[in-house]
Amino acid sequence: MPEVWIPSLMRKLTDGQEKVVVGGNTLREVIENLDAQFPGIKDRVVYEDYRIAPGLAVAIDGVVTEEGLRTQIPPDSEVHFVTSIAGG
Amino acid sequence: MAVQQEDYLGITDYKVVGTRPVRHDGADKVTGRAIYGTDLNLPDMLHASVLRSPHAHARIKSIDTSKAEVLEGVRAVVTGQDLALNAEEQLADLGEEVVRVKDMCAAVLAREKVLYQGYPVAAVAATNVHIAEEALDLIEVEYEVLPHVLDVREAMKDDAPLVHEDQRTKSMGEQSENFSNVASHFRTELGDIEQGFAEADVIVEREFRTDMVHQGYIEPQNATVLWNADGVVTIWCSNQGAFGVRDQTARILGIPVSQIKVVPLEIGGGFGGKIKAYLEPIAALLSRKTGHPVKMIMSRTEVLQATGPTSGSWIRVKMGATKDGKLVAAESELAYEAGAFSGSPVGAGARNMLAPYIIPHVLVDGYDVVNNKPSSSAYRAPGTTNAAYAVETVVDELAEKLGVDPLEFRLSNSAKEGTRRADGPVNKRIGHEECVRAAVSSDHYQTALDGKYRGRGVASGFWGNGGGVSSAAASVNADGTINLVEGSTDIGGTRTSVAMQMAEVLGISEQQIRPQVGDTDSIGYTGVTGGSRTTFATGWAAYKCAQDIKEQMMARAAMLWEISEDDVEFDQGVFQSKSDPSKSITFKDLAAQLDSTGGPVMGRATAKPTGVGGAYAVAIVDVEVDPDTGKVDILRASIFQDAGKAIYPPYVEGQMQGGVAQAIGWALNEEYVYDEDGILRNSSLLDYRMPTCLDLPMIEAHIVEVPNPGHPYGVRGVGEVPIVPPTAAVANAIYDAIGLRLTELPMSPPRVLEAWWDKNGGNGSA
Repeated sequence: MPEVWIPSLMRKLTDGQEKVVVGGNTLREVIENLDAQFPGIKDRVVYEDYRIAPGLAVAIDGVVTEEGLRTQIPPDSEVHFVTSIAGG
Repeated sequence: MAVQQEDYLGITDYKVVGTRPVRHDGADKVTGRAIYGTDLNLPDMLHASVLRSPHAHARIKSIDTSKAEVLEGVRAVVTGQDLALNAEEQLADLGEEVVRVKDMCAAVLAREKVLYQGYPVAAVAATNVHIAEEALDLIEVEYEVLPHVLDVREAMKDDAPLVHEDQRTKSMGEQSENFSNVASHFRTELGDIEQGFAEADVIVEREFRTDMVHQGYIEPQNATVLWNADGVVTIWCSNQGAFGVRDQTARILGIPVSQIKVVPLEIGGGFGGKIKAYLEPIAALLSRKTGHPVKMIMSRTEVLQATGPTSGSWIRVKMGATKDGKLVAAESELAYEAGAFSGSPVGAGARNMLAPYIIPHVLVDGYDVVNNKPSSSAYRAPGTTNAAYAVETVVDELAEKLGVDPLEFRLSNSAKEGTRRADGPVNKRIGHEECVRAAVSSDHYQTALDGKYRGRGVASGFWGNGGGVSSAAASVNADGTINLVEGSTDIGGTRTSVAMQMAEVLGISEQQIRPQVGDTDSIGYTGVTGGSRTTFATGWAAYKCAQDIKEQMMARAAMLWEISEDDVEFDQGVFQSKSDPSKSITFKDLAAQLDSTGGPVMGRATAKPTGVGGAYAVAIVDVEVDPDTGKVDILRASIFQDAGKAIYPPYVEGQMQGGVAQAIGWALNEEYVYDEDGILRNSSLLDYRMPTCLDLPMIEAHIVEVPNPGHPYGVRGVGEVPIVPPTAAVANAIYDAIGLRLTELPMSPPRVLEAWWDKNGGNGSA
């Protein structure tokens, strides 16, 4: 199952856990399953139930996804929430 | 000179990629025929100018435009009250950020407050620009001047004047109770920072400051807009993304995107500063009021005062290493000036600053801070040059304390494929080691630098590059040429680098491709030319478009020969029957047969590639410091950069040299100088000191090629990373020359001289 790395500013929601293994085939499923386990996480990383929160990006196995919540999550992948970056 | 590390996908015999042909836009550019925004003149066109705030922070009590409106020649006046009155609380999803439409409108023309000197307050359209400017003097604005804040650290204090009275701090989705100029705070944490420093034998900690600097594009912002009687708005402008202008203008004016057509003209530089729509919505409003096309051109002073420079910053960096030369801990705080509205590039700085290294224990805090300066915009590797300046100075000092060669220290701690980045994810195939090795073995590094007050510095840097959405469409002509339309504004020669990828697929010369940049009604949605994404993503669209053409042409060959499509193969521009090799025809000859085999062939493709490959660079800089004046001369500068695969090496080298030139200006002279009233005191290129050719040696560009597995030809993107390492390399070179660690940019003559006097006393004689 995917391993989600929890940003340090959100770890009070996961009782200090830095990584959480959670099921889900898409990013939306992973976040909803995470939220079921640790209520409040979804509100922090999802904007109005349709997109990743502004300012955040999600890296799946080192690659920042541009497919948003519908991104397919391979089993045993690493999921990171990182700050989003815009170029010049 | 290219240092090629490996071939990609077994391609060893590129026919077009990697060559140095004549660029498609060359003749128009060198003969002055290329059409820029200021060249455009339409019948019955009006000219407009903008009234700007004389105050750094003030509330607008009233605006009286009546005297301006009756001046002979004036046709219309607009203020913030003309903008999107029905869009007060709407939100606009701009991809990487969701912003209030109210804020977008307020940034274009003030509604309630002005937030920096130069803030747009009103605009006048007249029969000529002189009348428009005269009319500005007749507009009476009553201000209530408010306390302002310019310094980023001052702005973070609880008792600082608030730029926005309703702004709270967001921390990874959580909102503070108190109002603050700190728009957002984030933290990156890896390992155990206390354990990391406990393991360190050598620790260096320093604080750094950098000032706002401008991109310095030569062509000022300009726009011409016609709001036609049928409701269609046509915009001719100089911008890095026609679709971005269309979307922003539609949001601000509250009209559908289908009502707007943006025609991109040639662009005289952007570097990230020509993404926002500053003038287009104003010119549109004036055109709607008058029924005439309206043209606006910023003066240089307006460009400096009121477009988006990159953030000034305060950065603290603490790093530790073991006595055997291994980095074990890095801690940093970064506070970036966003200017009037949130959105500084502090996130990019924080994520990229430690990317060249393997560091097991990391703690990074970033703060996006608003203040009474112009709203910051992207600038070439946004936010990362500031951060690299801080980190690479500290890395240099650690190497010195450990008695290790600075490049060897970087090599022994280098990030590589499979190692974990400081911000969490694991690296894909990257090329930092290869860049460092190329630098170590270079003539520059192997040639001793002698002489008093001379020194050499090195530094590394990283930029993640961008992907995004691109579109391409092409039609095959009967003479075997192809008309290619793409959606990316051509900055730095991307027409050619995109066309070359199409030519490579089709086995034809790039001169047989005629690339054009389409308007927003002529090509599919394409993201901004920024993030070093165009040769990567639009090139990929052209690659896919060429594959589409190839498939269609193979079908035509099958029809011509009355054989199965499966029996046709294609190689190096020649179609051939697999079962009967005597049946063979070139791309050009087959193109002549299209009418008799079903009609025209058109290809089209969109691309939203995910295989973005980040890029590294290493800089070596030699300087000579004049201890009498503090002036620093650049004696020699080299840049070693992983391009993935250089599609058109001359453009890659040009990007590398341009990035280094801008970094040297940033390092030595460029800065926004505000007085205590918040007035910008150097808003001309006479006083805002950019480097000229007389300040720079020929910059030696060394392309390193570690192909990106995420692109058909291994492209990584090259436009931004060369600006990242040189500022630190200059700082390290100054230290090597005179023994002073300078921790504030720019390292201008007064700062160098003061530091020299502080060190040596009195007049600094040594």
